[in-house]
Amino acid sequence: MEEKDRIINDVTQSEYKYGFVTDIETDIIETGLNENVIRIISAKKNEPEFMLEFRLNAFRKWQKMKMPDWAYLKIPPIDFQKISYYAAPKTEAKYESLDEVDPDLLDTFNKLGIPVEEQKHLAGVAVDIVMDSVSVKTTFKDTLAEKGIIFCSFSDAVKEHPELIKKYLGQAVPVADNYFSALNSAVFSDGSFCYIPKGVRCPMELSTYFRINAANTGQFERTLIIADDDSYVSYLEGCTAPMRDENQLHAAVVAIITMDRAEVKYSTVQNWYPGNKEGVGGVYNFVTKRGICRGVSSKISWTQVETGSAITWKYPSCILLGDNSVGEFNSVAVTNNYQQADTGSKMIHIGKNTKSTIISKGISAGKSNNSYRGLVKVMPGAKNSRNFSQCDSLLLNDTCGAHTFPYIDVQNKSSIVEHEATTSKIGEDQIFYCNQRGIDTETAIGMIVNGYAKEVLNKLPMEFAVEAQKLLQISLEGSVG
Amino acid sequence: MSVLVEKADLSLKYISHYNKVKEILFEGSSYVLNDVRNRAFQDFIIQGIPTQKNENYKYTNLNPRFLPDFEFVHHKENNNVDIKTVFRCDVPQLNLEPRLIFNGWYHRISNESLNLPEGVILCSLAEIANNNPDLIKEYYGKIAKTDSDSMVALNTAYAKDGYFLYIPKNVIVEKPIQLINFLQAETDTFVTQRNLIIIEQGASTNLIFCDHTLNLNNYLNNSVTEIFVGENANLDYYTLQNQHNRTSSINSVFIQQERDSVATTHTYSLHGGLIRNNLKFVLNGENAEANMYGMAFLDRKQHIDNFTQIIHAKPNCQSNQVYKNVLDGESTGAFSGMIHVVRDAQNTNAFQQNNNLLLTDEAKMQTKPQLIIDADDVKCSHGATVGQIDEEAMFYLRARGIDEDKARLMMMNAFAHDVVRKIKVEALGNRIDELVEKRLNGEIARCHECAYNCEM
Repeated sequence: MEEKDRIINDVTQSEYKYGFVTDIETDIIETGLNENVIRIISAKKNEPEFMLEFRLNAFRKWQKMKMPDWAYLKIPPIDFQKISYYAAPKTEAKYESLDEVDPDLLDTFNKLGIPVEEQKHLAGVAVDIVMDSVSVKTTFKDTLAEKGIIFCSFSDAVKEHPELIKKYLGQAVPVADNYFSALNSAVFSDGSFCYIPKGVRCPMELSTYFRINAANTGQFERTLIIADDDSYVSYLEGCTAPMRDENQLHAAVVAIITMDRAEVKYSTVQNWYPGNKEGVGGVYNFVTKRGICRGVSSKISWTQVETGSAITWKYPSCILLGDNSVGEFNSVAVTNNYQQADTGSKMIHIGKNTKSTIISKGISAGKSNNSYRGLVKVMPGAKNSRNFSQCDSLLLNDTCGAHTFPYIDVQNKSSIVEHEATTSKIGEDQIFYCNQRGIDTETAIGMIVNGYAKEVLNKLPMEFAVEAQKLLQISLEGSVG
Repeated sequence: MSVLVEKADLSLKYISHYNKVKEILFEGSSYVLNDVRNRAFQDFIIQGIPTQKNENYKYTNLNPRFLPDFEFVHHKENNNVDIKTVFRCDVPQLNLEPRLIFNGWYHRISNESLNLPEGVILCSLAEIANNNPDLIKEYYGKIAKTDSDSMVALNTAYAKDGYFLYIPKNVIVEKPIQLINFLQAETDTFVTQRNLIIIEQGASTNLIFCDHTLNLNNYLNNSVTEIFVGENANLDYYTLQNQHNRTSSINSVFIQQERDSVATTHTYSLHGGLIRNNLKFVLNGENAEANMYGMAFLDRKQHIDNFTQIIHAKPNCQSNQVYKNVLDGESTGAFSGMIHVVRDAQNTNAFQQNNNLLLTDEAKMQTKPQLIIDADDVKCSHGATVGQIDEEAMFYLRARGIDEDKARLMMMNAFAHDVVRKIKVEALGNRIDELVEKRLNGEIARCHECAYNCEM
C-alpha cells in the first residue's frame, strides 16, 4: 500500500523533477497583466477588432473586481502579475521514445489502461507524423463536416465563423460574471468551439479528438458549445491520465447553449496535479461552467469526476430558460492529502415545468476538505418546476472534512424542491463482510467507494466510466489504513 | 452611493445615541454588565447593522426595520402593571402564574407568590447583577459573543435588564415557569432585553416564554438570552411569538450544554412583522442531546428567519432539528441551519429537517441547510423541502368524501402537528394545535383576548 502510494507520489512529483517545464524557447511573453499584454495576446492570435474589444472590456471589469472569498477554501494569495498570460502550444517533443519516459508514469498509464499511442502523446513522446491520431483526426473532421457540425479550436472559429462567435460569446457566461471568468475573458488562450446544426445528432462522442488535440490549450481555455434545434451532442473534456501541468492557476470557462429540444451531455474527468503528500504545489482550478437551456424541452447534463487539483472551485450550472427544459448535474469529487474542493451546481428555474436533478458524491481522505455548494432557485414564473438534490459525503478518516452548503430559494407555490444530504463513513460491517470473503481491506474500500459513486459513474460514456473507476481507486490508494 | 450613506447613517443613529445615553446606561448597572459595555459598543461600530451582504443576514433585510424614529427604554417605567387587567392567558389547565417583562424590564408583581422550589431564583437581571454579581459574572457574555454578531453587540452595549433564572443543583421544577414579554409604549420603541438562565447539574425545568404586543406602534425588540445547562440537567424552552405586523423581533438564544444534559427548544411563530431567531447550541460535554423544533405560520408581508447553529464540540452527542413553515399571502420565510462537527467529535448523530409549504405564488422561501463535518465517525443528515401539499394524500382524502378545503386543512394541520406533538406540556400542546387550526381556518390566532387588532 505504502509502495503504491510512493509510486503515485513519485509519479506526480517526477514531472517536476525531470523538468517538464515550459520550454523557454517557445513563444512566451513577459509576465504581468495590463492592457498592453491583452493587446499583444489578441495581436498574436490575429484576432478581429471585436475580440480585442471583448477582452479589454473584460479586463477593465476584472480590475474592479475582488477575488471571491466565500468558498470554504484556503486559497494562498495569487499574484496575477507573476503569471505569463501567453504561451504558444508546445510542439516540441520531450522524448524520442517511450523508453526514456519515467517508468513509474508508464506504470500509472498501464493501470489506467491507456493505449500505447496515447501514452506516447500524453507523456510528450514524439509522435510519428502518420500516427493514427492525425489520421483519426482527419477522418473525424470529414465525418463531422458532412453533417455540418463545426468543431474546431476557438481561434479558428473566431476567424472562420465570426458571426457565430459574435452572437454567442459571453451569452451564457457574461464577461463580468465572476472574478475568474472575467480574467479568462480578458486573457483566454484558446479552447474549443462546437456548433451542432438543426436536427443533427452528432454521430460520435467528441472525445478522442479532444483528448489528442486539445491537451495543451493552456491555462485559460474557453469552450463554447451551441446545439441548435433538435440536435444532440455528447462532449468529453479532460483525461483520466494524470495531467502534469506546470501551470499553477487554471481559470477556464465553458459555455453551453441549447435551442429547442436540443440536448448536450458534457462529461469531465479532471485529474490535474493535486500537490504532494505535504500539500506543496498542485494546480488551482477555478472554472466557470454554465449552460443555458434557451429553447423549449432542451436538456443540459453535466457529469464530472474530480480527483485532481490542489484547489477546485467549480460550479457547473444550468439556467433553465425554456419551458420544459431539463438540467442535470452528477458529480463525484475525491480529495486526498491536502486537497481542497468547493464544488457543486446551480440550477436556475425560469421557464415553466422545468426540471433539475443534482447528484453529488463527495469522498474525502487524508487531510483534505471537500465541500458541496449549490443553489436551486425557482423564479416566480417557473410554475410546476421540480428539483431533486442529493449530496452524500463519505469520510475515510478522522482528519478530513466534508461540508455541505446548499441554498434553496423558491418563489412560487406550484414548484417542489427537495434536498437531502448525508455524511457518514464506510460501515465497518461492510468491510467486515468483504474481509470475510477474502477481500483485503484496501480492495474492499475501493469496491465500496466505487459502489457509492456508481450512480454518477454510470452517467459517463462507457469507456470513460471504466477509466474513471480505476482512477477513483488509484486516487484513494494508501489513504485508508 | 446614496444607499451607502443612508446605511452608514442608520448605524450612526444607534452609535450616537449610545454616546448620548452612556451615563444612563452605566448608572445603576452592575460592573458585570458595565465591564463589557464599551467593548460591545466598539464591536457594534465595527460591524454596523447587518446588511444582506452579510452571509448570516442574507435573507433578512434588517435595515428598514431600524429606520423608525425609536424611543429607547433605558430605565424601568414605573407603571404598576396588573397582569390580570391587561392580559389573561387563556391556556386551559395551564394555571400558571406568569411573570412579566415589560419593554425589556422585568416587573415583579406585587402578589407574586413564591411557590418555586427552594433555591430557585427568578428575578430581574439588573437586581441579581447588583446583589449577587459573583453568581453571574462567570456566565454573563460568555457564549453571546459580541464580535461575531452585531445584534448581540448592540444588545450588550444597551443591556440594562431582562430576566434571570437560576435552578440550583438537583432541583426539579415540576410546574412550567411562564414569562410574558410585553411591548407597550406611547411611541415607536426600541427594546433591549438581556436574559440569563443557569441550570445547574441535575436540575430540570420547563420554561414558557410568550411574546406579545399591546398596541400598534412600531417596535424593535432586540433580545439576547444565554442559557447554561449543567451536567445531566434538563431544559425545555418554549417560545411563543405572537406580535403584530409592525413588530420586528430579533431573538438571539445561546445555549451551552455540559455532559449528559438534554436541552430542547420549541419556537412557535404565529404572528409577527419580522422575526429573526438566532439559535446557537454548543454541545460542550459528551453524551449531550440538543433538540430544536420550530414552526411558523405566516401571511401578509410577514417575514421569518430561523438561523440555527449547532456546534458538536465533544464526541457522542446528538442533535435533532425540525423546522416547519407554512407561508401564506406575501410572506417570506428563511431557514439557515448549520451543523458543525469539530474534529474528534466522533460518534455524533446530527439530524436536521426543514419542510416548507407555500400556499400562494407570492410567498417565498429560502433555505440553506449546511453541514461542516470534520470528524469521520458521524451520522449527519439534513433534508429540506419546499412545495405544496401532497396531491396523492389529498386524493386519498377526497376519495373518502372529504371536500377539498377540509382535506387541505387536515393536511396542513398534520404538517404542523409533526412539530406540535413534541411539546411535553400537554395543555400547551393542545392550545397550539387549536391556534394552528384557527389560523388555518382564516381566523387570527390570538392567544389571549386582546382588544387590539393585529391586522394592521
